[in-house]
Amino acid sequence: MKNIYLLPALLFTLLLLGSCSSDDDTPELVNEEELITTLTVTLVPEGGGTSINLTTQDLDGDGPNEPIISVSSNLSAGVTYNGSISLLNETESPAENITEEVEEEADEHQFFFTIGSGLAITATATNFDSDGNALGTEFSLVAVDTSTGLLTFTLRHEPNKPADNLATAGGETDIEATFTVTVE
Amino acid sequence: MGLVTDFHDGSVLVGSTIIVAGTERSFVTDFDGKFIIPDLCNETYSIQVSHPYCLTKGFRVTVSGNMVETFKLEHHLDELNEITVNGKVLSNQSKTFQENIINKDELERYSSGSLGDALSSLSGVSSLNTGNTVIKPMINGLHSSRVVIINNGVRMEDQEWGAEHAPNVDINAINRLSLIKGAGALQYSGDAIGGVIIAEAAKAPFKDSLFGKTQLGAASNGRGMFFNSELTKSYDTGWHTTLQGSMKQFGDFETADYKLSNTGVYERNALLKFGLNTFDYGFEALYSFFKNEIGILKASHLGSAQDLFRAIESDSPLVVNEFSYDIEAPKQDITHHLARIKAHKRLGDFGKLKFQYDYQKNKRLEFDIRRGSDRGKASLDLELDTHTLMLDLDAKASDQSNFKVGFMGSHQKNFAKNTGVRRLIPDYDKYDFGAYVIGDYLADEQWLFEVGARFDYTTMNVFKFYRTSFWESRNYNQQFSELVVEDFGAQILTNPKLDFNNSSGTIGIVNSFDEKHKMYFNYSLTSRIPNPSELFSEGLHHSASRIELGDLSFDSEIGHKLSFTLERKDDKFSYSINPFINNISDFIVIEPVSITNTIRGTFQVWEYRQTNAQLLGVDFNASYIINKLVQFNHQLSIVKGQDKTQDEALINMPPVNTTNEIVYYNNKYRNLRLSLQSEYVFRQNEFPETNFEVYIPNTETFEMVEVSSPPPAYHLLDFNSTIDFDFSERSTLTVGFQVTNLLNVSFRNYLNRLRLFADDLGRNFLLNIKLKY
Repeated sequence: MKNIYLLPALLFTLLLLGSCSSDDDTPELVNEEELITTLTVTLVPEGGGTSINLTTQDLDGDGPNEPIISVSSNLSAGVTYNGSISLLNETESPAENITEEVEEEADEHQFFFTIGSGLAITATATNFDSDGNALGTEFSLVAVDTSTGLLTFTLRHEPNKPADNLATAGGETDIEATFTVTVE
Repeated sequence: MGLVTDFHDGSVLVGSTIIVAGTERSFVTDFDGKFIIPDLCNETYSIQVSHPYCLTKGFRVTVSGNMVETFKLEHHLDELNEITVNGKVLSNQSKTFQENIINKDELERYSSGSLGDALSSLSGVSSLNTGNTVIKPMINGLHSSRVVIINNGVRMEDQEWGAEHAPNVDINAINRLSLIKGAGALQYSGDAIGGVIIAEAAKAPFKDSLFGKTQLGAASNGRGMFFNSELTKSYDTGWHTTLQGSMKQFGDFETADYKLSNTGVYERNALLKFGLNTFDYGFEALYSFFKNEIGILKASHLGSAQDLFRAIESDSPLVVNEFSYDIEAPKQDITHHLARIKAHKRLGDFGKLKFQYDYQKNKRLEFDIRRGSDRGKASLDLELDTHTLMLDLDAKASDQSNFKVGFMGSHQKNFAKNTGVRRLIPDYDKYDFGAYVIGDYLADEQWLFEVGARFDYTTMNVFKFYRTSFWESRNYNQQFSELVVEDFGAQILTNPKLDFNNSSGTIGIVNSFDEKHKMYFNYSLTSRIPNPSELFSEGLHHSASRIELGDLSFDSEIGHKLSFTLERKDDKFSYSINPFINNISDFIVIEPVSITNTIRGTFQVWEYRQTNAQLLGVDFNASYIINKLVQFNHQLSIVKGQDKTQDEALINMPPVNTTNEIVYYNNKYRNLRLSLQSEYVFRQNEFPETNFEVYIPNTETFEMVEVSSPPPAYHLLDFNSTIDFDFSERSTLTVGFQVTNLLNVSFRNYLNRLRLFADDLGRNFLLNIKLKY
């Protein structure tokens, strides 16, 4: 029965030795692969003119820094704009284009346009998924009359499609970006 | 002339019979265990020695003239077995804590459920649930890292820190489940601020036998089934081996009104054990495997606080699909391997030396709904390896007192694989060295005293990536600049090295002041090191839809618990009343501190902080035997948790609840047992109000997100019945039929994290067939 005493002594030693042998491999850096840091809405006036950019950028994702929001210029009343939305993950270099992923999975995504009261514009999706339901990464925006108000773009993942209303769409919000827009 | 003694303690055996083979002469030992056999020749005799309580044993003796010979007998099979069982159970825990036990028969009623379900039947125990398949036991209001689970003598290391991580223990592999509401297991840990749960597999008997059982069950809610089978072979030499396996599968569960989509569960377990157990020495090797795949309610997968608001406002979940057994994302996939080897050697009258080595491998995969090439890939992929060595000495200091000393060393390594989502728990190595001593003293028949102390040194070597914006906002760049290993711009790699020195101790007194009554008095000092999520959380917790932030500078939590129990055991009326007070300094709580806007929407930010907490409560149990067949049982638990620093209620405290049960049991008619149980859970009126307002773009309004509001009180009725049939000469068939939530009540449980999104379970019919052979 001698080995009954030897065994624990041996194993304790092994444990202690194990604690001395430090392995130097540090963990690899994880870049959030599905993170969307930047949303840019480009409004190109039909019939030519300077295009307008609405941008929100949140480089630390769900970190403490708030997103930086900018609107390049005011809209003009009576003009129809061809809108497109671009999504980027700028924590990777070069920046990853997330719009492509969203368009590939069009049947599981949808952009919703929420126009605040007082803002006299309309927005309609112009691209669709394979079932003919709205996707909304491309849209048409009509600046009806001079006004100011909030314009919100919401991207839902796995909404109940077809859905025309944020309240009943369900799904998980991937992006929610609100801009103060003026039509002059 | 000779002497017959007990092999174990050397005491003399009175009334042993000695038969000399070939002479047909028999002799009986006197009150001193002595005997005299006259008129033998100088040759070799075969002598058989027997005693009513001992194994009959043969000896060969060569006689030369007058001689004295001592024969040692071992206790009888059953008694030896009994002693070992007691010895083992008692060595795990304190002698002076009132122990709450769930025996095999009761456990079998929970075969289709989980460990947490079974424990909730004890007063003072509730559970913190995530849906109805992730059930975390909560003792007197405390859970997770504050509750230690000892499974077959091994402290479970299964990432118990997470609120949505259920214990990785197969309920069907447990023969006996006991609970101590305090730090009653210093041998294993000094950090059980809440309590200790001890689960043990069945002990093999000391005789030649082959036995086992097979159980098969089916349930209507979730359209599930389970299967469990167990076989043990034992020999009178002490060798034994056991093989057990179980399987459980459920599809989507349902409430009284709707289906809970993606809430299925698929669990597979196996256990193999073999060993040799004699009075002098023994060893046992055990391996168990646990694998569980758990679906998480689809409607609980959310983005921002705006999504949270919608989900809470909706009467029924926003996603309800057709019934399915498929488990899709979000889901958890957990595997737990446990291997243990232990050995003991008796050191004559002095005591027993024990050694144990165990290895646990816990693999945890969590799947979220992902996009693009990451679809189907786990978001969280953690592997936790733990090695533990223990060396213990149980010794007898005198007839009235015993002491135990022991040492423990363990190494734990957590490895988080790159999943394309920032690590929730960082990679770390942790070493723990502990030593303890426990002594007890039986003053007289009335008074038993016990004192224990333990010291632990823990060191952690961590590699953690911080977001640079967080690192700077916390001022860590000033405070902990020396920890930085490499700067990657948006993130920085740090190497925190943390050391903790923890002391813990217990004092217990039992007074058995008459035949029916006992009083227990306990004080325990516990110290718990902060767990990895309390230290290192930093980011979005998807399943809770909130941002959680830990704190690198946390100290150990120190608990002082005083409890008193008055117990009466009687043929007619029994009760126990157990008030307690638990003061915890540097108690770690998580609570909302602010709202932050991100590109994904608004999120509530929850921060861990340390405070002084006090838990006050009382557990009351009573049973009254109305007549030979009918018994009435009552339970009541009250606990109040207070944050003393901020003078507000603690979050997630169990509401007052009371259980009343009437049981009919007829042991003359097929052991027929019928019971009707009523459970009433009050509304939790004491809670920290953390509701917050959020802007909803489509209605252009600010709305209140009611994350903290408790649900109303509810009342549930359960029916339970079992009956035995003789299947064959040596086997019994037990048929059980149960109905839970008999009235199909719609209710929500304050301690269920998914209560914001859906109701709890509706009515369930359960059929359970057991064949014992």
